[in-house]
Amino acid sequence: MSSTGQPHHGGSLFSRHHILETSPILLVLGILVMVAIGGLVEIVPLFYLKSTIETVQGMRPYTPLELAGRNIYVREGCYLCHSQMIRSLRDEVERYGHYSLAAESMYDHPFQWGSKRNGPDIARVGGKYTDSWHVAHLIDPRSVVPQSIMPSYGFLMTTALDTRALVDNVATNREVGVPYTDDMMANVMTDLKAQVSPDAPEAAALLKRYPKAVVRKFNPATPEITEGDAVIAYLQMLGTLVDFKLYDDKANLR
Amino acid sequence: MQTVAQPKSLWGGELGLIAVLGLLGLLCLFIAARTIEPAYAFHMGLGVIAAALSIFAIFQRYNARPSEHPPLEIDGLPNYNFGPVKFLTLMALFWGLAGMAVGVYIAFELAFPDINLAPWFNFGRLRPLHTSAVIFAFGGNVLLATSFYVVQRTCRARLAGDLAPWFVALGYNFFILIAGTGYLLGITESKEYAEPEWYADLWLTVVWVVYLLVFLGTLYRRKEPHIFVANWFYLAFILTIAMLHLGNNAAVPVSMFSSKSYIVWSGVQDAMFQWWYGHNAVGFFLTAGFLAIMYYFVPKRAERPIYSYRLSIIHFWSLIFLYIWAGPHHLHYTALPDWAQTLGMTFSVMLWMPSWGGMINGLLTLSGAWDKLRTDPVLRMLVVSVAFYGMSTFEGPAMSIKAVNSLSHYTDWTVGHVHSGALGWVAFVSFGAIYCLVPWLWNKRDLYSLRLVSWHFWIATLGIVLYITSMWVSGILQGLMWRSYTPQGYLEYSFIETVAAMHPFYVIRALGGTLFLLAYCLMLYNVYMTITASERAAPVTQPSLQPAE
Repeated sequence: MSSTGQPHHGGSLFSRHHILETSPILLVLGILVMVAIGGLVEIVPLFYLKSTIETVQGMRPYTPLELAGRNIYVREGCYLCHSQMIRSLRDEVERYGHYSLAAESMYDHPFQWGSKRNGPDIARVGGKYTDSWHVAHLIDPRSVVPQSIMPSYGFLMTTALDTRALVDNVATNREVGVPYTDDMMANVMTDLKAQVSPDAPEAAALLKRYPKAVVRKFNPATPEITEGDAVIAYLQMLGTLVDFKLYDDKANLR
Repeated sequence: MQTVAQPKSLWGGELGLIAVLGLLGLLCLFIAARTIEPAYAFHMGLGVIAAALSIFAIFQRYNARPSEHPPLEIDGLPNYNFGPVKFLTLMALFWGLAGMAVGVYIAFELAFPDINLAPWFNFGRLRPLHTSAVIFAFGGNVLLATSFYVVQRTCRARLAGDLAPWFVALGYNFFILIAGTGYLLGITESKEYAEPEWYADLWLTVVWVVYLLVFLGTLYRRKEPHIFVANWFYLAFILTIAMLHLGNNAAVPVSMFSSKSYIVWSGVQDAMFQWWYGHNAVGFFLTAGFLAIMYYFVPKRAERPIYSYRLSIIHFWSLIFLYIWAGPHHLHYTALPDWAQTLGMTFSVMLWMPSWGGMINGLLTLSGAWDKLRTDPVLRMLVVSVAFYGMSTFEGPAMSIKAVNSLSHYTDWTVGHVHSGALGWVAFVSFGAIYCLVPWLWNKRDLYSLRLVSWHFWIATLGIVLYITSMWVSGILQGLMWRSYTPQGYLEYSFIETVAAMHPFYVIRALGGTLFLLAYCLMLYNVYMTITASERAAPVTQPSLQPAE
């Protein structure tokens, strides 16, 4: 077992193992060194290798309403059945659209790539269905997709969105690195209401701060903003920010 | 040593714990009064109640206890502390029932979606409850119980700490309670297998550090010159889980009065952290910890020494070194850089070797005692668990190869693979250990019924076979349907057609799970009867008892 040139009696390395077996602290240190190496090699470079996250146009932080919707998505554990990660395989690209880029989830705390598809991938579901389809589907999935095995989320349509902590939520996102500007921070509640009021004058300012935001009353059944509005706002923007007509994947080769 | 009775007073540890619990209870009360979230207020309320009950229990114990610390030895024999071990064993049995029952329920939800009851019992909220209850509640209590038992026995020393082992046992189960009720109420980080929110994570960190100290303290007390191999594995499990937990759960809470937090990592880095954690929760929680159980209980039950000491050393160091690298195989063909995927695949394939080294070491421990498999169903359960370990640690490296993974990923094949490991290996080795432990802990001559153990074994095995075969078929079928093309070059199936094709297999899987659960109930009955009705062991095995004359 030894690589030195000296002849050894069989098992000299093994006999030296008793040092570790008789000292708990050396055993602890030995274990810590062994289990630290793999993680350091695989994780640390991801933070400084520039090629890890592609340079793209169009990525922006979530609007306040989208962020609230994403938090409901996280709360309900949607990721357990829906992935948000299109792999670079022919059938996936044809079924769902361009394979997912690392850049597209760079503002996601936490990431929601998922690991199991009891339902389809929804990384690019934005714009594929109408708002009323989403409302009907969330209330009773089998009313629009008879063979669906998804649970009903009708309660989202009747639960008012609790916005009391929304400003703090946006601020915490900024703390962990999402580039919300001072302008965005100052207008969280205005932007929230503007996104469901397409005729309001504030909608233009919202679109300036958050380009490509979908501005509509997503769940028209109630005048107030419901959890359903937030979730559908989130779903309708998924995968729509990067314009793949302009994206050049060769430019990211280094 | 003085034998004169000293005036009774609270020990430093008792006073310190009362102070800490009192402060924590007040903090919980303060948060409960200020928060706007009802679910968070409920959790803080539970914290107040738990702190108050614990302080009450410390005073109750104070009234009942003698004025001196329990002796470390009685008549030259170690005075083992088995109270926490008994409690943890019973909690494992309770959580096992809960976790498996939820598992069966969500299996039926996938087959018959109308039984989803929004919002609390929807699949998305119950599934983390199932995984956490079987992995961390059942598995975790088994690991705590066996580690506290094995470390005392193999060191021939009383467990370190006075209240500390009880703090670990009760504190860990309180963490489970907060985590589990949180999922139902919608409190989750939605990081797979690491769902509990920031305050539960902080509490678990405190409990885990005390666990490490109790374990190390007992190792330092040992009367044996060498640290037994099972304890190396327990130690690696405790240390590495601490490291993974801290790395993957680094989060900033929205405020002290909110249950919500945001993970500091994002996107691709968060994905890498997650599967570095997730795969090594398998590697160190579900493997290293349970290998420790194998290294103690298999030789003990077979009454044979471990097959090879040298193989143990190679097994241990290569397993813990290689496992850590394997995480990226959960992210093949994703936006994780290729170099990381390839590293993950390579190390996963290499991991096959130490895994089978461990399996061989466990199986060949039976050399010269194979006949016991016919007569001892408990040993049979332990040995078959090691065989399942070998099977799933072959399947795992195969699935980590990118070409295989392109088919298996996102499908039920993964679910089947996990369950061949979870039911066949982790649950069976736990059952075997519990069947050994219960008569030892409660001073019984033997189990109430070995025939019932045999029934448990066969019904559960049938359940596993139904489970994993149905998931192989459904997983491979769905993977092939997704990538199937018509001769004209179009995708052949819509997504929903591939979902509809899963239905029969989901029914078979749910039935397999039901069988496993029913067999588990036989074990609960058997353990109950062993504790309450079995014949007491001969007093020779009870060195602490004095003859009356």
